[in-house]
Amino acid sequence: MAKKAALTSVLKHSEDVVARDIHGEFIIIPITSGVGKADEEIYSLNKFGKAIWNKIDGKKNLKAIAQELALKFEGKQTAIAQDVLGLAEELLSRKMIIKDK
Amino acid sequence: MPVNSNIKKLNINSNAFWKGSRPFPVRLDMELTERCNNNCVHCYINLPARDKKAKNRELSTEQIKEIIKEAVSLGCMVVRFTGGEPLLRKDFRQIYLFARKQGLRVMLFTNATLITRELSRLFKRVPLLEKMEVSVFGLKKASYESSTRNPGSFARAMAGIRLLRENKIPFVVKGALLPGNKSEFRSFKEWSTEILGKESPAPVSMFFDLRCRRDEKSALIKKIRATPQEGLEIITDNKDSFLRDTKGLYASFRHFTGDKLFSCAAGHATGCVDAYGIFQPCMMMRHPDTVYDLKKGSLKGALANFLPKICRMKARNPDYLLRCGRCFIRVLCEQCPAKSWMEHGSLDTPVEYLCDIAHAQARFLGLVGKNEKAWQVRGWKKRVRNFIKSK
Repeated sequence: MAKKAALTSVLKHSEDVVARDIHGEFIIIPITSGVGKADEEIYSLNKFGKAIWNKIDGKKNLKAIAQELALKFEGKQTAIAQDVLGLAEELLSRKMIIKDK
Repeated sequence: MPVNSNIKKLNINSNAFWKGSRPFPVRLDMELTERCNNNCVHCYINLPARDKKAKNRELSTEQIKEIIKEAVSLGCMVVRFTGGEPLLRKDFRQIYLFARKQGLRVMLFTNATLITRELSRLFKRVPLLEKMEVSVFGLKKASYESSTRNPGSFARAMAGIRLLRENKIPFVVKGALLPGNKSEFRSFKEWSTEILGKESPAPVSMFFDLRCRRDEKSALIKKIRATPQEGLEIITDNKDSFLRDTKGLYASFRHFTGDKLFSCAAGHATGCVDAYGIFQPCMMMRHPDTVYDLKKGSLKGALANFLPKICRMKARNPDYLLRCGRCFIRVLCEQCPAKSWMEHGSLDTPVEYLCDIAHAQARFLGLVGKNEKAWQVRGWKKRVRNFIKSK
């Protein structure tokens, strides 16, 4: 089940994963156990997902990230914000990103 | 847009995964050392663990890291650490963590005798992401140690396997049919099925390669490897599976290899680096014309400039061209430049042992007659069609 985040959440990449851009695929690879099902799973982000990932920096909150992405991607800002929130919750639940304390 | 449409789980081994061309190498094989604490009778490479000369020649930790880093920059996804026994290296932990932190999945070939509690915990905390492959050459002290020729190795291997199981480290086992363990063949299948919780038993090798450095130990390997007939009996133990697999191979067989030397996957998806920084198309291939010194160049240079030349090499030996080049049972035969190198010191000499194995299987399948040689058969296409159609 996805972990809860809010548009005000500030998140950062977990040190337990590595993101790699290989031949057109943007993939997230777990380093330690407990990230996803590390023994069998590798995840890929699409263009929009990659853009979200690259904006997550431990400084901007999700709302600010959504606003920046609305300038680059087509779609209503509210829909983009929902997408950002949805992916952030998914990544949080897999411990690929963490809340910045 | 649905919530999770921006993220997907994937299988990097699937061709469908790559949108464009696959990265090359997808996998890099690294022999961290040729030294091994065991001295297995059939091993194609091992040197004594205390061989100082070999140890001093080995790549340093930093050199290994540099090669890994370059492979990652080229898109490599998997590194296979093998040897010798890779865990003999004191810096193994450091190299392993470096590779994993670069985002590589790690394959590890080991005899498990050096798996410590600390190491098994490390593999639990920082998983390999690939199943470890453990060689087990006997189920009892006597049979195991008659193969490894290393007193105490059986207890250490079993302790290592216990630690892997306790820590739930995913692994598979591999066996070999050797003089000291032949009577355990059936028990090994049962044991491996039980220990791995799988329906299919572990693979057991028997047609051993000779020494890749072409040293005097090849003489013993020649004596102990399975005869074509012995091998056939084991292969056909599961006749249905053998028939199904062979029909599958013939379904895509279209033409002879002719003068093309490299018709395997070597140099197309994977590359190999030996313990001293020499790049080669596969683990077995040490012919001086087919290796590239990474200390004087780069992995990128080896892949871009050197390897394509190797893959374009042509066979010249008239005997090879007459036989292997026009043989319709090549799908059953392991003839390749590396095997030719190990057996004869050249790239294109037919290996009689492999030819005999292939012919034994072809006779069993009804593809060739008792005294026929496959390369002399004129109406082979009809025979293949009939074989594929047969029940």
